[in-house]
Amino acid sequence: MNKLVFFIICFWVIGIIIKLFFGFDSNQMIFSEILIKPNFSSWLGRDDYGRDIFYRLIDGFLNSFEIIFLVTIISGFVGVLIGVISGYFGGKLDLFVRYITTLFMAFPGILLAIAFAAILSPGKINLIFALSIGGWVGYARLARAQTVLIKNLDFVKASESMGSSRKKIITNHILPSLKTPLIVEATYAVAGLIIAEASLSFIGLGLQAPMASWGGMMRDSVRFLLVSPHYALFVGLSIMSLVYCINFFGDYLNKKWDIKRIEN
Amino acid sequence: MKNNFPIILFSSFLQILGIFIVTFFILHLIPGDPIQVMLGESAAVSDQIKLRAELGLDQPIYKQLIDSYLQIIRGDFGKSILTGMPIKEQISIAMKNTYILALTALCISIIFGIAGGVIAAKYVDSFLDRIIINSSLFFISIPHFFLGPLLMLCLSIWLGWLPISGMNSPSSIILPALTLSLGMLAIIIKMTRNCMIEIADSDAVRTARAKGMKEWSITIHHIFRLVLIPLITIIGMQFGSLLSGAVITETLFSWNGLGMLLVDSIQTRDYPITQACIFIIAISYVFVNLFTEILYKIMDPRMKDI
Repeated sequence: MNKLVFFIICFWVIGIIIKLFFGFDSNQMIFSEILIKPNFSSWLGRDDYGRDIFYRLIDGFLNSFEIIFLVTIISGFVGVLIGVISGYFGGKLDLFVRYITTLFMAFPGILLAIAFAAILSPGKINLIFALSIGGWVGYARLARAQTVLIKNLDFVKASESMGSSRKKIITNHILPSLKTPLIVEATYAVAGLIIAEASLSFIGLGLQAPMASWGGMMRDSVRFLLVSPHYALFVGLSIMSLVYCINFFGDYLNKKWDIKRIEN
Repeated sequence: MKNNFPIILFSSFLQILGIFIVTFFILHLIPGDPIQVMLGESAAVSDQIKLRAELGLDQPIYKQLIDSYLQIIRGDFGKSILTGMPIKEQISIAMKNTYILALTALCISIIFGIAGGVIAAKYVDSFLDRIIINSSLFFISIPHFFLGPLLMLCLSIWLGWLPISGMNSPSSIILPALTLSLGMLAIIIKMTRNCMIEIADSDAVRTARAKGMKEWSITIHHIFRLVLIPLITIIGMQFGSLLSGAVITETLFSWNGLGMLLVDSIQTRDYPITQACIFIIAISYVFVNLFTEILYKIMDPRMKDI
């Protein structure tokens, strides 16, 4: 495996071990050490309230992990459900689902998430909701395309002619075939979600202070770019390195399972 | 040749209609009373009634939908709650600024992306090729909100070449445009390089060489024409990320465009402006996609029969 990826993963694992076994308070402020440069007692320096940047990065990692995990579960479940039903039954329902997915894709990037995060008050639950609203579309398209492909294969037809119920065909034949492309899709989606979540926090629509979030830290750090560039560099590098690792992992899985992307 | 432009136009029209309905219901999804959320709980009752009548929220929902549809057809987005000014003027200034920024970024990434890709493909596996490919991998994975501060730090603070933010001098467009364009530039470089290498191996190019055509003429007439087709698709697809990236970049550099207007309106709870911004951004994306699809059909002779 790539050495850089290994190093980055070790870094975060060490951080989480420190959090779990030794415990720390990322909100503890030391006013005499505001914006101090990296040293032995605080590895990555301290922020504008004198809080340890390393500890806040780990807390931010755990916070966004929680959000992204839930968003992936929710949007994956909803997307697969809608995609499989629309692909399997076809007809007018399928046409309607396809219209809805193209409609959702007309909103570029995180625009839809911004819209929903803006009108709902900021908070963890609403953030999860806002990110899931745009998130299910990718899964639904993938699940629909795969279902259409599988349901016309001979072994499914054979199973149908032997009297298998629709429920049995979906659970025994279609869902298992979805597993590998879905895992790859989810890996890439997680990388996108990390950036989306940080972007929302960056424009003030994500987790609110004093909770640590990477986007929020990035926004704070830009104000102190002149006096303490290390703050912005560390936050940005953590986001970038994690996204890089996840994309690398996605590429690895893609190559291992040799998945050909199916489009409508 | 089957003419399927009406179908493309119709599906774009359906998309626009859908966008309109989604943005219309944004105001109705606000938890609680939208009027109280916008004015604050201590607002006078007479003000609340006035605003409710102005936004048409006291009417039945189907009538509101028709009214706001007629308004948008006329290009009228209502009035700002904060200033009382018509939104249309604010939006048109912001639109102009965003389009200037996005088009500058687009030009930078297309010109340098294609040039870089062609150079990398000409000198495959050389030191130069490796530098271009590795740096483009770096720029693909860097998010806008980190690239922006990084460029600020290098070009404005350490070197002092460019203004940090605002839009006071002509050179202040350079930093936000670079921030927006570098990701797309990297994708175009990668795409151009891989396509050129693939096409340079094809039978058509070998035949052209056998006919004794000059090398530059082959590159322009045979290789490059075929590279343009996938490039148009990828540029059209990436324009969406350019528009949503503009939200972050404009906020970062205080560039007075749609993205900054959107974020400001959310912070001041001026929801009619939020609705208008989201509507305009989504509509622009649909039009770019429509334009790309038509251009794609014109460029690629194989697509005409499909």
